[in-house]
Amino acid sequence: MKLIKNIGLIIFITGLVIFSSTTFMGEFHPTKNNIHQSLSVQQYENIGVQLENIFIGKTYTSPTVISSEFTKIYNSVNENLKAEQQWDKVMWDNPQIVVYKLIKSSATGLFIHHQWLMFLLTFGLGIIGSLMYIIPDVILLGTLGIKNNQIFQSSATNRGWIGWISFVYLVVFYIVLYFFPAILSNQILIVSPISIALSGNPSSQWFLYGLIYCTVMTVMAVRMFIKYRHSKYQILRTGTVLFFQIAFAFLIPEVLVRFNLPYMDFKNAWPLDYDFFFDWNINGLISSGNIGIFMFVWGIVLTLIIVPVFTYFYGKRWYCSWVCGCGGLAETLGDPYRQLSDKSIKAWKIERYLINSILIFAILMTAATLYTYISGNSNLMGISTFDIQKSYGFLIGAIFSGVIGTGFYPLMGNRVWCRFGCPLAAYMGLIQRFKSRFRITTNGGQCISCGNCSTYCEMGIDVRWYAQRGQNIVRSSCVGCGVCSSVCPRGVLNLENRNESGRFGKPLEINDNGLNISNT
Amino acid sequence: MKHIVIVGNGISGVTAARFIRKHTDFKITIVSAETEYFFSRTALMYVYMGHMKFEHTKPYEDSFWKKNNINLIKQYVNQVDFKQKRLHFESGDVLDYDDLILATGSKPNKFGWLGQDLIGVQGLYSFQDLESMENNTKNINHAVIVGGGLIGVEMAEMLTSRNITVTFLVRENSFWNIVLPRQESELINRHIREHNIDLKLSTELKEIIDDGNGRVKSIITNSGEEISCEFVGLTVGVQPNIDFLKNSDLKINKGILVNEFLETNLPNVYAIGDCAEHRTPPMGRRAIEQVWYSGRIMGETVAHTICNKQTPYHPGIWFNSAKFFDIEYQTYGIVNANLGDHEEELYWEYKDGKKCIHFIFDKLNHKLIGVNTFGIRLRHEVFDKWLREEKTIDYVLLNLKQANFDPEFFNNHDEEIINEFNIKFPEVNIHAEKKKDTFTSLFSL
Ligand SMILES: Cc1cc2nc3c(=O)[nH]c(=O)nc-3n(C[C@H](O)[C@H](O)[C@H](O)COP(=O)(O)OP(=O)(O)OC[C@H]3O[C@@H](n4cnc5c(N)ncnc54)[C@H](O)[C@@H]3O)c2cc1C
Ligand code: SF4
Ligand code: SF4
Repeated sequence: MKLIKNIGLIIFITGLVIFSSTTFMGEFHPTKNNIHQSLSVQQYENIGVQLENIFIGKTYTSPTVISSEFTKIYNSVNENLKAEQQWDKVMWDNPQIVVYKLIKSSATGLFIHHQWLMFLLTFGLGIIGSLMYIIPDVILLGTLGIKNNQIFQSSATNRGWIGWISFVYLVVFYIVLYFFPAILSNQILIVSPISIALSGNPSSQWFLYGLIYCTVMTVMAVRMFIKYRHSKYQILRTGTVLFFQIAFAFLIPEVLVRFNLPYMDFKNAWPLDYDFFFDWNINGLISSGNIGIFMFVWGIVLTLIIVPVFTYFYGKRWYCSWVCGCGGLAETLGDPYRQLSDKSIKAWKIERYLINSILIFAILMTAATLYTYISGNSNLMGISTFDIQKSYGFLIGAIFSGVIGTGFYPLMGNRVWCRFGCPLAAYMGLIQRFKSRFRITTNGGQCISCGNCSTYCEMGIDVRWYAQRGQNIVRSSCVGCGVCSSVCPRGVLNLENRNESGRFGKPLEINDNGLNISNT
Repeated sequence: MKHIVIVGNGISGVTAARFIRKHTDFKITIVSAETEYFFSRTALMYVYMGHMKFEHTKPYEDSFWKKNNINLIKQYVNQVDFKQKRLHFESGDVLDYDDLILATGSKPNKFGWLGQDLIGVQGLYSFQDLESMENNTKNINHAVIVGGGLIGVEMAEMLTSRNITVTFLVRENSFWNIVLPRQESELINRHIREHNIDLKLSTELKEIIDDGNGRVKSIITNSGEEISCEFVGLTVGVQPNIDFLKNSDLKINKGILVNEFLETNLPNVYAIGDCAEHRTPPMGRRAIEQVWYSGRIMGETVAHTICNKQTPYHPGIWFNSAKFFDIEYQTYGIVNANLGDHEEELYWEYKDGKKCIHFIFDKLNHKLIGVNTFGIRLRHEVFDKWLREEKTIDYVLLNLKQANFDPEFFNNHDEEIINEFNIKFPEVNIHAEKKKDTFTSLFSL
């Protein structure tokens, strides 16, 4: 069994290395035609000749060189145009996206002719290897029950060198994905046949990301199913969140595109879906006939009615750990890191300031957007709406939710984004804290203050603080993952939706009858 | 201002300090030799197994004590001068008190076996024991545990987590059957063996053999069998940790003798937690109760008395809990190992042999006396109320749903339990309430 695990690990790492190193492979022959077709008319007028002089007749063996030479020219020409104030000629597109078209069309070699082989060598090996690593646990974990052995003695899960390497890899991956996607050209090419089969379009970096996301979640969900195979709550929850990711976040939007309908993730609620009210989205939806209008109305109903009503009945867990994609990744890929969240009172304080500020930021940005949309005035009190959107997209949408949100799993636990950043979580958190039937009930005086619950709370809630006083846990950040209840060796904690009265519970105290267990 | 000094920073001493602080602004000092800050002894096993770091066992952040103006002193108390009201520390320093609370806990029993002080032979109680267990079990293959109690089974789980094989010597003919009824005890026997532990029942330790270098090489049992091993865990119970109080004016027996107000024979001196021995224990209770919960209740009780609200120790309905490898155990009320003359029982076990529930009730009037549950979580609040209100077993079974504390979606066995009852007592025959339909239960209206 151990042997199978080790072989699996080697296969997985091989797949990962091949996947990463495809960046430095391939064969590219840019032609005049390629250049012409990849550029818009204005772009061709600006840089077409220069590009032809450099690229034509040469063979490149990796996308990185093309990308960097292209970007150099693109940016320097743009600088000049801006300096000369020729605003009508300045190119506004992201050069990374433009050069990707050029790279794709000039590719010959491996990634065009052997896409499936390359798919097998990357995704295939990755999946097979990780499953070989995970599945023997059915036997190795032994009898049913919580098996957290050696978690704090392993360098992968206790910020050791493996943790640091994982951190660096994830952060680099996200930075490349968001800001230098042309570097991933070969990887994007590899998954193109799948994209064409689904939506009819060749793949983009976001398709690649979506596919990796679903694959990783599926594989790591298998790990969850095995680890928590004694807990129906964990199995149902993991299965559901996986379903919503694959169906709602990945397949349905792709298929919508195939039928010429707007791309829409029906479960993604504003303000997490921060660009829902951006003019291009509203226009896109409204111009797509009844279905588009339905989508627009659905988006509003989701945020204003469904989210608060469900949160009232079940707490924010219905979304955060049963439906949401970010939550889904956190609960699968992120599960091995949950114990790394900071439990200090200081972290709690930072959390409250940060997450609520971001909620306010999202609301202000959307207000400005709608103001601009309705009035046609692109400035609100002297600040350009476009700039606000852009800085939100960069700071919150890319850096916080992606680079930090996932990249920091191995150092700060799996819910960094959900805990400190997500404006939707902040919104639901307010409802959960002040008007909800959800709570974690503490079982009378049974707590032995062991600390398992706090240690494994991914949201950094000091669950024990409440449990040892006999009080219920009602905290805005709790995503109801149920792991505190699973790991408690004394059966002290239970996630429940019950009457609002007595929800917080009274601390345990003795009175003339002895210990007063009554919670309400 | 009055200076309250507490010796021992375990659950009982710390609870006393917290409640005294809550009600007064007396000067409070806690003295303890084990660790700087209060930690949860019950979690020691999880540190060894890598579920947690030692940091995580501390129920309060280090800044808590300063914030609450509770002084901490890490010193060993050599001697108490009760006349001068003065503590003498090992370092030679002294500390004066107005009120003294002794909360010194326990220490592992050792019964004078040959070889009990060899390297690799130890009990498990303190932080230092954890550290030495870490050292003593590095790169070893086989261990022997002596004594079939809760700490023994925890030690077995700890060693198994590191792939160290274990021989487990238990004096009784079934695990912990001085406390557990036969059925539960057998269930746990099976579960221990399921973890590839060599459980040797009706077996005692005779001596521990030296390897010539002062390390353990093997042990010999009372039947003469020699078992080679590199580690011996002695978990044959604990006793009050009060040696430093012997030969003083303080009255001690096995523990420090206290009355119902937790007062000792000397004025202004109290004893709580594992080290206290009740002269007249509350109804149905033992004189020395070495459990977390009792320590906590005594801590709060003595705090009331010190804050001028003299309060007797009334622990209320007995409850306890433990975990045997993967199986959680809870108990409420009184369940003795053997059925009493006036008692009747209902025992139900799930077909996988890992869950069971055992009710003890009065033969004549059917009033509930106690319940043991394994693998099923029960609501403390509800059973506490039922036991206080002396509900009958019929009532309890009919309302069992209210008392279930298992996580959502878990299989519910109430009907099977009621069936078991109806088969055993056909003349009573009870019918449970109907299930809610899916819609109302989904929105739990
Ligand atoms: C491994 C283990 C697991 C357990 N699990 C459970 C469980 O699951 N449930 C349960 O109910 N109970 C459990 N117990 C028992 C429970 O931990 C004890 O009942 C409880 O900790 C006793 O608390 P206390 O405050 O009385 O004393 P302690 O926690 O023992 O604290 C006493 C402190 O006083 C210090 N001290 C003693 N003498 C001196 C001196 N002369 N000078 C300075 N300092 C001194 C000691 O070093 C110690 O730090 C467990 C015990 C162990 C060892
Ligand atoms: S408190 Fe419990 S259920 Fe809530 S997030 Fe933390 S571990 Fe999950
Ligand atoms: S895990 Fe359970 S027993 Fe341990 S501190 Fe948390 S609630 Fe208490």
